[in-house]
Amino acid sequence: MSSAEHAEVLTSSEYIKHHLTNLTYGKLPDGTWGFAHNSDEAAQMGFWAVNVDTMGWSLFLGALFFFIFRSVAKKVTSDVPTGAQNAVEFAIEFVDSNVKSMFPYKNKMIGPMALTIFVWVFFMNAMDLIAIDLLPEIAKLVGVSLGADPHAVFFKVVPSTDPNITLGMASCVFILILWYSITQKGVIGFIKEFTLHPFSSSNPIVQTLFIPVNLVLELPGLFAKPVSLGLRLFGNLYAGEIIFILIAILYGAGYLFAGVAGLIQIVWALFHILIIYLQALIFMVLTIVYMSLSYQTDEQH
Amino acid sequence: MNLNATFIGQMVAFVIFIYLTHRFVWPPIVAAMAERTKRIADGLQAADKAEKDLELAKQKVVEQLTSAKKEAAIIIDQANKRAIEIVEEAKEKARLEGDRLKASAQAEIEQATSRAREELRSKVVTLALAGAEKILESSIDQNAHNELVNKLAAEL
Repeated sequence: MSSAEHAEVLTSSEYIKHHLTNLTYGKLPDGTWGFAHNSDEAAQMGFWAVNVDTMGWSLFLGALFFFIFRSVAKKVTSDVPTGAQNAVEFAIEFVDSNVKSMFPYKNKMIGPMALTIFVWVFFMNAMDLIAIDLLPEIAKLVGVSLGADPHAVFFKVVPSTDPNITLGMASCVFILILWYSITQKGVIGFIKEFTLHPFSSSNPIVQTLFIPVNLVLELPGLFAKPVSLGLRLFGNLYAGEIIFILIAILYGAGYLFAGVAGLIQIVWALFHILIIYLQALIFMVLTIVYMSLSYQTDEQH
Repeated sequence: MNLNATFIGQMVAFVIFIYLTHRFVWPPIVAAMAERTKRIADGLQAADKAEKDLELAKQKVVEQLTSAKKEAAIIIDQANKRAIEIVEEAKEKARLEGDRLKASAQAEIEQATSRAREELRSKVVTLALAGAEKILESSIDQNAHNELVNKLAAEL
């Protein structure tokens, strides 16, 4: 809208930095509670601060998912389905077939969890396709009208570019992995997985010597699951967003570059649709696989 | 990009949305889909059954038609035979009746002939007697010549 005006005010690096900073609510250095005015202030807030923008969009999209699916579930019919029910049933059937093929055990939580992950993460990722400055500019207008400094109104709209969001979900998955591993295999069985694999021996003394080696080999594998799960989603979407930001900068570099930028943006957005879908799918599939692994009692290496 | 309480917020939200989906979204839709699958399967089965029934009915119709045709042919055959029989019978009856009539007519004729002959004979006797009386000019004693006369009459 007012790129010329911005060009005077913002350098490219400032523009990028502005786009990558969350609107953080927490305890300010002077002891009062409020929104951080820059990324340094946000960093100083420590753990007890909330990224209002990504958290808000995450909740909004989760609620959107729930209300769309709930409205269909309310008037669901086994007759010929129409419009929204078709779409919802398509999603559920897709998720259900994935769950059935990868999770051969009885657990009523896995299906709904996979569906929640798939659709919710898909919605979060899809926020990347909204014009990169549109929502932040609207937020800036609202913020300024409320008396805020225009440079301090940060607004990140893609929740999955916030590691808090992705790692939060991955941690829940990790807790479920631990929970189902322990309930299915017992504490002893679960501990045996780390101590008796991959090296095992029938000789008790040799086995005792193997235990620390096994622990070193197996424990990182366990903790790598949630970290890789969360960071994979975060990394893919973060990279995608940065490319959108860079393309947006190109718009301010003359008519020729603006034309090129338009072309690149279309191509990247088309390609990004694939990433949006794929990352949601990967998050869901890996969750199902991890659940399935924690149910596997007779694991032999 | 700092790790902060958003992390915990997302964890809580995640659990809540999973619970809501598990409670309010997943079961009714999955149930409806399963029901539809069952209904389609039932429908297909019913269609299969109907097709088989139709095939059976068609076979039955053909069978019945063939047997009816056979029966009809037998009946027509019998009727034809019966008709020929009736005609033959009638012919025979007519022939017999004709024979009978012919015979009775013949008998009547014979009767009439013999009656006429008797009459003629008796008249001839009388005439002969009268003629003989005239020739002899004397009356013949009826009693004395009766035997002779009768002999004569018998010879006629």
